[in-house]
Amino acid sequence: MASVQWHSRARKYEAEVQMCRLEVSAVDFSDYHPLKAITVTDSKARRGGRKGSTSSSSSSSSSVVLDPLSSMLDGSDPLSLFAAVSQTPALPHSISLGRKRREKEEEVGSDFEPWSSKRGEILSRFTTTEKLSINLFMGSDKSKASSPSSAVSEKVRTRLEELDDLEEGSQRELLNLSQQDYVNRIEELNQSLKEAWGSDQKVKALKIVIQCSKLLSDTSVIQFYPSKFVLITDILDTFGGLVYDRIWSMCADPHPLPESFSADDVNDTAKETCLNWFFKIASIRELVPRLYVEAALLKCNRFLTKSGIQETLQRLTAMIRGIGDPLVAVYARAYLCRVGMEVAPHLKDSLNKNFFDLLATFRQIHGESVQNQLAQQRVEIPIYLTLYSPAIHWILQCVAYRAPEDYINCAEIWVEFTCRHFTKREVNTILADIIKHMTPDRAFEDAYPQLQSVIKKILPHFHDFSVLFSMEKFLPFLDMFQKDSVRVEVCKSIMEVFIKHQQEATRDPVILNALLHICKTMHDSVNALTLDDEKRSLSLLINGFIRMVSFGRDFEQQLSFCVEARATFCNLEPVIIHLIHTVNQLAMETRCVMKGNHSRKTAAFVRACAAYSFITIPSLTSIFNRLNLYLLSGEVALANQCLSQADAFLKAAVSLLPEVPRTISIEGKQRSSEPFLLDFINNFLSTLLVVPDHPEQGVLYLVRGLLNMVQDYTWEDNSDAKIRVYISALPLLAAMSQESYLYTIPKVDSNETLYGGDPKFIAEINKLCETLIGQVLDHLKGLGRDEGVRRQGSLAFSLFGCLLAHGDLRNNKLNQLAVNLWNLSHKHGFCDTRTSVRTLEYIKHQAQLADLSHLSDMTARLSLQSRT
Amino acid sequence: MSVSLDIRLKRANKVYHEGERVSGVLLVNSRDALQHQGVSLSLEGLVNLQLSSKSVGVFEAFYNSVKPIQLVSSNMEVVKPGKIPAGRTEIPFEFPLQAKGNKVLYETYHGVFVNIQYTLRCDMRRPLLAKDLSKTCEFMVHCQPQKSKLQPNPVEFSITPETLQNVRERSSLPRFLIRGHLDATSCAVTQPLTGELVLESSEVAIKSIELQLVRVETCGCAEGYARDATEIQNIQIAEGDVCRGLSIPIYMVFPRLFTCPTLETTNFKVEFEVNIVIILQDDHLITENFPLKLVRV
Repeated sequence: MASVQWHSRARKYEAEVQMCRLEVSAVDFSDYHPLKAITVTDSKARRGGRKGSTSSSSSSSSSVVLDPLSSMLDGSDPLSLFAAVSQTPALPHSISLGRKRREKEEEVGSDFEPWSSKRGEILSRFTTTEKLSINLFMGSDKSKASSPSSAVSEKVRTRLEELDDLEEGSQRELLNLSQQDYVNRIEELNQSLKEAWGSDQKVKALKIVIQCSKLLSDTSVIQFYPSKFVLITDILDTFGGLVYDRIWSMCADPHPLPESFSADDVNDTAKETCLNWFFKIASIRELVPRLYVEAALLKCNRFLTKSGIQETLQRLTAMIRGIGDPLVAVYARAYLCRVGMEVAPHLKDSLNKNFFDLLATFRQIHGESVQNQLAQQRVEIPIYLTLYSPAIHWILQCVAYRAPEDYINCAEIWVEFTCRHFTKREVNTILADIIKHMTPDRAFEDAYPQLQSVIKKILPHFHDFSVLFSMEKFLPFLDMFQKDSVRVEVCKSIMEVFIKHQQEATRDPVILNALLHICKTMHDSVNALTLDDEKRSLSLLINGFIRMVSFGRDFEQQLSFCVEARATFCNLEPVIIHLIHTVNQLAMETRCVMKGNHSRKTAAFVRACAAYSFITIPSLTSIFNRLNLYLLSGEVALANQCLSQADAFLKAAVSLLPEVPRTISIEGKQRSSEPFLLDFINNFLSTLLVVPDHPEQGVLYLVRGLLNMVQDYTWEDNSDAKIRVYISALPLLAAMSQESYLYTIPKVDSNETLYGGDPKFIAEINKLCETLIGQVLDHLKGLGRDEGVRRQGSLAFSLFGCLLAHGDLRNNKLNQLAVNLWNLSHKHGFCDTRTSVRTLEYIKHQAQLADLSHLSDMTARLSLQSRT
Repeated sequence: MSVSLDIRLKRANKVYHEGERVSGVLLVNSRDALQHQGVSLSLEGLVNLQLSSKSVGVFEAFYNSVKPIQLVSSNMEVVKPGKIPAGRTEIPFEFPLQAKGNKVLYETYHGVFVNIQYTLRCDMRRPLLAKDLSKTCEFMVHCQPQKSKLQPNPVEFSITPETLQNVRERSSLPRFLIRGHLDATSCAVTQPLTGELVLESSEVAIKSIELQLVRVETCGCAEGYARDATEIQNIQIAEGDVCRGLSIPIYMVFPRLFTCPTLETTNFKVEFEVNIVIILQDDHLITENFPLKLVRV
């Protein structure tokens, strides 16, 4: 068979389609569901409805792109959970950190606003013009003190004399004092205390202190109470210092005590003295003075036992519950917190207990006793409440001091409350506060789980991301996640929520900027060690974001977004692929808007889209992704009448073919690339039908180019792939030789129009067909031996089918060739008999058609029993 | 010429137990050399009993105060007559603390009708024209820890108008409910009395809640005795109208000297009680009494 003459069978596609078409019926829209089994009912009458029924389904509204498998697992699969656990062996580090902190915790740092800075503020804020009184009752002390030392100033001496008077057990009331008088008197008492102490009148000193403390249970002229507290606690501080220094000095022989002494370093005499003080204080009759004086001496517990301070703090904290007046109680708590912070800031328990007790007794404020008192003093509730603020502020400051851990544990809870019941403004405030607390000393490093949980709690309440991101502290909050793995986790959780809940595409610049930032963070975490799964899930989320970006009719903006996104996400191939699809879609949308007629401007735009794809595709590593995208982009370019761009795409695809490796890695396994390549080429061939020949290149330039590449490609040994491509090319060529093509692209003249059925063009096609058939036949011949016969039969049957469908079998030679091929395929009995039977039936059926009657002759020559 | 004489005990807390040695130094400070006719030191332990005027006639009480009981008494010459050089001189001494005959050394206790006191007395006799010098110093005796283990035995209480005795017009009483507990009524004298009290409800505001520690001293024997309860101290644990439903700690340190392990002898008894006193705004006074047993452990 030296040469076969090819004649394409003339086709009347319309007529054939009409004939082959299934009987279709329209379905009511309301019934329509893509997954619902379509019940076909009566047909012919309603054929026209078909169009409507198919197009209606195209706009599926679901925007959830989450992988159903991963969403089943609630976002984290058990394996990566394990990995996360094993990634936190930071324990030794945190222990050493803890130790370092413990060393420092015995004293308050400079980051704690000291009492001294509050003092002045309180004194100037809480003033009164009412008359004050000091009521001193010095009890009956029989041990009359010796006269005070002579160095005392005249004024103090008179004061001391007054006090001396009091010592006879009398009571002295200083009435009608102005505020300034009061301050002066208290200062004088402070002086007398020092004088008494200096002249070794310890008992008298204690009495002064007790009497002063007693003034704190008096709430007359209530608006002055905070200032009174300040003045009197000054005296208590003085006293506490004096006693401590005295006992300290008793231990100075022979060596002064070290700064960090323990009770063991203290001698018996000093201990006994200290114990004596405590016994004396324990017998103070009244609650408030006993409490204050013992608190003033808190530090002295160091001389006795190691745990004394802690035990005393706890006991005194509980003792304050006995104070009925809420204002007196809250200031007592403030004082206790204050001395506690000075002596042992690490003892948080009693600080917290004070705070919780304060909350528990808060209702006292509205109790009858307080109300009566306020009515009596004519003080309004709002004014009264402001009296609490210095004390509560101080207590909170103590509680919050270096308590990022406690703090964040609370904040984590509170944030949920705030989210539920308040607006973004309050949530923003909380976030700001958390940032403020967690930033010093990089405290956030120890609190990632809690911070993550804060985010997780906020997200469900802010499905509207424009609201979420308009909280100005949200992104700064994210900046606290500085450990990469955690940071990415957080970003992922945000993106998951976004994808799940964002209903409509958006162009809100706030959302876009923020999410771009978040996605960039996720993208930037990718490195050489990142697992494929991780890359995939990140890409999925980023794609979800890109899908939700829409600038509406502003296509140029959309394109420039894609440009930006490409630069930002260059390391994630699925994202790049998605971007190319997005841009292609953009071009198609433009076409749709223009109804196929591009203006100069839109034409330029779609060319820009094509350019985008053209320069982006080469950056992909997967060769089949590149091939498919070239083809797809070529088709899009063609659809948009960008002929030279389409040519470029297709040419690029063709010239890429030789690079396709024989094996490719799919999910970690090496597979032959052949089936994929065949698929692609077939797809490519079907596109070539509508690609018009380039005016400067020869006829069928791309087809030839493709076939040349196929010929030169190093196919696998013993592979029929090349021949199968040749066989597949025949239908294309046959289709090209039709007068009217099976399909065309509107506004694009394909070869059908270009050549108008020019005999030279047809001859060219036929020649090509003949060459191909020649190649196939040569190959068939080569397969005649041994194991080749099965493949030979199969190929022969393929070619037979091709001839039957596309060849003009009225031509005797072709007819003969077909018969020969049939026989060849049946020669060795490897043929599927059922297929043969059905083929025969088909031919007989076709033969009944008027213009195919010649086939009936042929059927006679096709025998099934060639199994010999 | 100024001379001073002082007794310095070795133990800072001055606490000794029977069988131990009371040791220390006599401290003589003199500007000039000091001539003397011997320095002696005596140790004495006494129980002083007194009958209150309430239990007997005033006249009788004045004269018939019960004879003191001597628990320990010893005497020794520390320095023979001679001269003490000028300046500071320390003379060490040591006394065995041993009860007299079959007597028992009770713990130091300062009460109203019963006083148990141990003293050291130093006397320096001096030649004519110079005053004898003398100095006394009290030291404390604690008895040996009692063998019996203390069982913490919490006592619950609940006070309402119905639980009160000695009420004149029960109907005029305001409604109230106070609940609480003492962690133990058998207490170590070195440990504080502890417990909790909750004002569950009260029609009338609270003015004050106090713990009153009371000593009950009994003098005499089978034929006739005097029993007197007096206040040792009163400790306020709540002031003003306290928060309802919130537990308030009961906490009181037993004062040294004024308390001792509960004591019962043939001639006298020293016992202790605590009263929880609730004073209402309308000056109603509600008292709940708990006898205590104090022990040294």
